[in-house]
Amino acid sequence: MGHPIKRKEDARFIQGKGNYVDDVHLPGMVFGHMVRSPYAHARLKSINTEKAKKLPGVLAIITGEDLAKANLAWMPTLFFDKQMVLATGKVLFQSQEVAFVVAEDQYTAADAAELVEVEYEELPVLVDPHKATDPDAPILREDREEKSNHIFHWEVGDRAATDKDFQSAPVKATVHAISQRCHPAPLETCGCVADYNKATEKLTIYLTSQAPHAHRTLFSIVGGIPEQNIRVVSPDIGGGFGNKVPIYPGYVCAVVASLTLGVPVKWIETRSENLQSTGFARDYHMTAEIAADQNGKVKALRVKTLADHGAFNAAAQPTKFPAGLFSVCTGSYDFANSFCEVDGVYTNKAPGGIAYRCSFRITEAAYLIERAIDVLAAQLKMDPAEFRRKNFIQPDQFPYKTPLGWTYDSGNYEGALNKALEMVGYKELRKEQEEKRKKGELMGIGISSFTEAVGAGPAHTFDIAGIKMFDSAEIRVHPTGKAICRMGTKSQGQGHETTYAQIVAQELGIPAADVIIEEGDTDTAPYGLGTYASRSTPTSGAATAMAARKIRDKAKKIAAHLLECSEEDLEWQTGKFFVKGAPSKSKTIQEIAFAAYTNIPEGLEAGLEAVNYYDPPNLTFPFGTYICVTDIDKGTGEIKVRRFVAVDDCGNVINPMIVEGQIHGGLTEGLAIAFMQLIDYDESGNVQGGTFMDYLIPTAVETPHWETGSTCTPSPHHPFGAKGVGESPNVGSPAAFVNSVVDALSHLGVKHIDMPITPWKVWNILKEKGVVN
Amino acid sequence: MAKKRTVHVKVNGREREANVEPRTLLVHFIRDHLGLTGTHVGCDTSNCGACTIVLDGKNIKSCTMFAVQADGAELLTVEGLIQGGQWHPLQDGFKQEHGLQCGFCTPGMLMSSYALLQRNPQPTEEEIRWGISGNLCRCTGYQNIVKAVQFAVGKAAAGAAK
Repeated sequence: MGHPIKRKEDARFIQGKGNYVDDVHLPGMVFGHMVRSPYAHARLKSINTEKAKKLPGVLAIITGEDLAKANLAWMPTLFFDKQMVLATGKVLFQSQEVAFVVAEDQYTAADAAELVEVEYEELPVLVDPHKATDPDAPILREDREEKSNHIFHWEVGDRAATDKDFQSAPVKATVHAISQRCHPAPLETCGCVADYNKATEKLTIYLTSQAPHAHRTLFSIVGGIPEQNIRVVSPDIGGGFGNKVPIYPGYVCAVVASLTLGVPVKWIETRSENLQSTGFARDYHMTAEIAADQNGKVKALRVKTLADHGAFNAAAQPTKFPAGLFSVCTGSYDFANSFCEVDGVYTNKAPGGIAYRCSFRITEAAYLIERAIDVLAAQLKMDPAEFRRKNFIQPDQFPYKTPLGWTYDSGNYEGALNKALEMVGYKELRKEQEEKRKKGELMGIGISSFTEAVGAGPAHTFDIAGIKMFDSAEIRVHPTGKAICRMGTKSQGQGHETTYAQIVAQELGIPAADVIIEEGDTDTAPYGLGTYASRSTPTSGAATAMAARKIRDKAKKIAAHLLECSEEDLEWQTGKFFVKGAPSKSKTIQEIAFAAYTNIPEGLEAGLEAVNYYDPPNLTFPFGTYICVTDIDKGTGEIKVRRFVAVDDCGNVINPMIVEGQIHGGLTEGLAIAFMQLIDYDESGNVQGGTFMDYLIPTAVETPHWETGSTCTPSPHHPFGAKGVGESPNVGSPAAFVNSVVDALSHLGVKHIDMPITPWKVWNILKEKGVVN
Repeated sequence: MAKKRTVHVKVNGREREANVEPRTLLVHFIRDHLGLTGTHVGCDTSNCGACTIVLDGKNIKSCTMFAVQADGAELLTVEGLIQGGQWHPLQDGFKQEHGLQCGFCTPGMLMSSYALLQRNPQPTEEEIRWGISGNLCRCTGYQNIVKAVQFAVGKAAAGAAK
């Protein structure tokens, strides 16, 4: 623990020997291609597949009507809604799935898809979520009993007490902020190979899945296939970031095609299909108001949000939380009262929203509160660092119950702030900014002191589609003292093969090099809910420690037998038991493992294995302070991130190298969201930002040099004091970037700019303010 | 379907050939016909660089070329970086400096870096960043990839000094 050991998984990737789903090649395998709607809202008049069927090499064409016969035209989403697998009746967003073509090779499948003739009748399109509940808005979902585009209203907190605080507060600040529609866009798109063996009746699905076990269960329930006959294999995954949590229509079509044809069917979406049809993120239109006293002490927070879910509510989040963990929006601050409400609506856009490197809407929440705090500080003409310091939850207040119902496990917010201020040289930077302003130059400093909430369960509160959010680990120690471990989570680049092995090493003294970690095969790994929401270390990491401790308990019995003493006489020192007071009399874990198979004490079962299903008592609450320094070119509006300091506190760290890598990656995704990424729609519902030509991913040139630091406040409830971390940099950084740009322009009267902050936007502001002609 | 054509290449030092449709993209030829799946496909607009290989000494995006255009060419893919069982210094660098996470962009990154060091054995940080700017990574934020390339530069310099 705490060692930056090099990653065990790297060797295969570096040699081009990774095994991603598109690398799976099975004998007799055929290929699927999706026919998609060019319209955002249209009635399906007819689908003519005759020409396509005649193309040599075409094996099958599946339409919504075909699926309807098997009751599969619709499938449940992960959030109390249903979604069309293939359209019947009408289409509800551009690029919606209309028909699935299967052919002997991928080129023929694509050719045949072009030959499928679909007749549409265009319908009025609803793009603006603010117009979704207007009386003249077209009703999108004819399948629902409620003839309305309103999906849900959700509220939490004490409305009356909050309103009362606002009535009496001498100082109030408001910010309207959009957390814009964007897409996780992992470098590997989504896909699968469905392989149904008619002889064994076994269906194997190689799937880009962040949650293979949950997906197996859902395939079984929805498809009516006995669960023991389904094996989901999540091979190497080329990044997930939330994109690979839901089940997509292409997977279902490939399974149906394989069941029908009895051969393996591969379906891999293109990048454009990925961006245009699979789980988008965010699209939260938010208003935050803060009530405070004249000295700048905050009292109450009121939040009202409109959530655009697109055509189907395909949010991937725990079922008790229609807006995910958005109610963590009081952030790092000590509010007496708060009230938060969210309304979800349908529009003619791709369905979602999923959590893009985010623990269920926490990015939206952290962005909103960190923006609102800055707006209030600016209004009071207070320094944003000092303003935060004044309002932080204090270390002695933990465990801290927020007014919206969360119990933060531990924190020292001022510690992280102080470290970040010192690392960046805050005072000098403020001086420099003052001097630059005198010369007419634009420089900004943005702070974000975020709190994250990661590691779901506990099971009493969190579930996915009813399945409780525990997670698991199984450890098997071989006679020679080496081990294999399997978990219910699934790495997508987080380095589980290394970090879990380090946990075993810490707990059992078996070197990490001697421990193999396997995930993603539902036939062999214990059941678990998968990897997202920064939950692997808090759940399966904890389960690994607990399973190892069970093994240690049994090892102690064997050691007592070998050393001919009682268990009470033994003491553990990493890797061995020794007799108290006689340290030379000892047995190593390797010797004990050998004995577990060769010299078992009477009455004890053979073998040295354990499994643990860990239900965390609470989430873990990592936090940190990020500071971004920007320079803005007055002539072009171009923003240069000169420095970015990230101080993270994720409790006890397993592998600091991997944690730092996670921070770098998350910050780069935050940079993209703040400055580049938007999936927009024109008034006809045509997607803008549906390819990598216009949905921008930062390259090495735009990405700044990240400076990282840390403080350590262990989680009091996690078995080894760790917290999740992978998402913190994405959750915490957008506000730091935006606050920095707004700070650079604040003397011009700028209070807020919506993301993505492009040079064009900034240039227009500079023009409006008379800074450029 | 147009008549198939025989495409002959020398890939990673071995002569290989296959009959393919003229429209077959080079990346599909490499992956599906030659079975070298280390070269990846990450987009459909030539932006991501996951399919980068070295063709006759230059790094190219193999999704942006037809297989028939590569007829007679010499190709180097990620599988060919290892020589006599020894990892290329870039491969060592990616491991030592934690230059990869999910690994999907890694083959393309390695090949772009390889071509960069062939052109410019002592690149500055800025030159490295520009040198890999045709390759997208969603995991690492590039910082450790830059360090990985610098590691290889240092190793090559140390080797030359011996």
